[in-house]
Amino acid sequence: MRLAPRFASLSACVLVSLTALVSVTGDAAESEGLKAGVFNPARAAPDFSVRGSDGSALTLSRYRGKVVLLGFGYTHCPNVCPVTLAVLAQAHRKLGALASQVQVIYLTVDPERDDAERLKQYLAAFDPTFVGGTGTTAQMAAVRGSYGVTAQRVGSGSNYGIAHSSFVYLITRDGKLRALMPFGHEADDYVHDISVLLN
Amino acid sequence: MNIVRPFRQHPRIAVALTVAALAAVALSTVAWAAFTPVTFASREETFEIPKGTWARRMAGNKVEILPSQVYLTLGIRDVLLLKNMDDVPQIFGPTLMMPGQSFRLPFEVASSYQFACTAHASGQMTVVVDEQPDTPWRRLVWRTRRILRAAV
Repeated sequence: MRLAPRFASLSACVLVSLTALVSVTGDAAESEGLKAGVFNPARAAPDFSVRGSDGSALTLSRYRGKVVLLGFGYTHCPNVCPVTLAVLAQAHRKLGALASQVQVIYLTVDPERDDAERLKQYLAAFDPTFVGGTGTTAQMAAVRGSYGVTAQRVGSGSNYGIAHSSFVYLITRDGKLRALMPFGHEADDYVHDISVLLN
Repeated sequence: MNIVRPFRQHPRIAVALTVAALAAVALSTVAWAAFTPVTFASREETFEIPKGTWARRMAGNKVEILPSQVYLTLGIRDVLLLKNMDDVPQIFGPTLMMPGQSFRLPFEVASSYQFACTAHASGQMTVVVDEQPDTPWRRLVWRTRRILRAAV
């Protein structure tokens, strides 16, 4: 009978500690202060295996240990993709020595026109370290589906366009899909968030 | 009776007093709208997919959760918070969300943001972020705009 009050206080202490731990963890997630939209909890970023612009098989898991910026677009894109890639290239330069811990991957939403060689040339104009990915129409659609990316063909003939999601996904070193940066953010916002994720 | 009688005898005075009273009320309202700070309990505008939404949709029920236009205000309500409490992954606003997952998107620049969103017939969702109403004039405009948007 004497043990009961002690047990009760011990339980209360454990409960209070656990509650504090949970609230601190929750607060930490929110207080990261990322400029991007943040997923909570972060889920494992879906892996993929497509043809890389560097000639080898491109998988997300290849870059485990780095922060990955994953974007979707196409080389004929008249406005959104060039802006996004230019911002990413600027952020990459601003990161300085930290840039080696970051990998930009750009997957095409237009595999019919974007082969590996075309992607390589296109991305090199922004930053030679950027890696592109392409594959069959079904392959690329499956990757888009796993990330919730939309891509809708607009127009007909050979000069068609593609209306597509313009976000860049921020994936942590351990392969978690942590955040999503909407189109329109500046390079400094990427530098800020990458620095947070690297630390 | 002694007080009312003079107004009946002088209808112009009664009208003038009524107009003055209405003007005072209007002026007070405008002054309140201009000088009372705009506040919210939270900076987050939250939209939640309740449990069972997918099942209701599969049963043929039309379930609208996220409006095609969302209005936010810098500094006081500038965070879009989406929560998927359903049992299946859902495209919610701009992104795919797993069951139990939330997505918190802060805004720092007043503008109109377009997101592809398959949940809407237009295929788009717009988030309009207004300037922070930090002056009397901006507060007045903000409150007027809010009333007009609610009326549409």
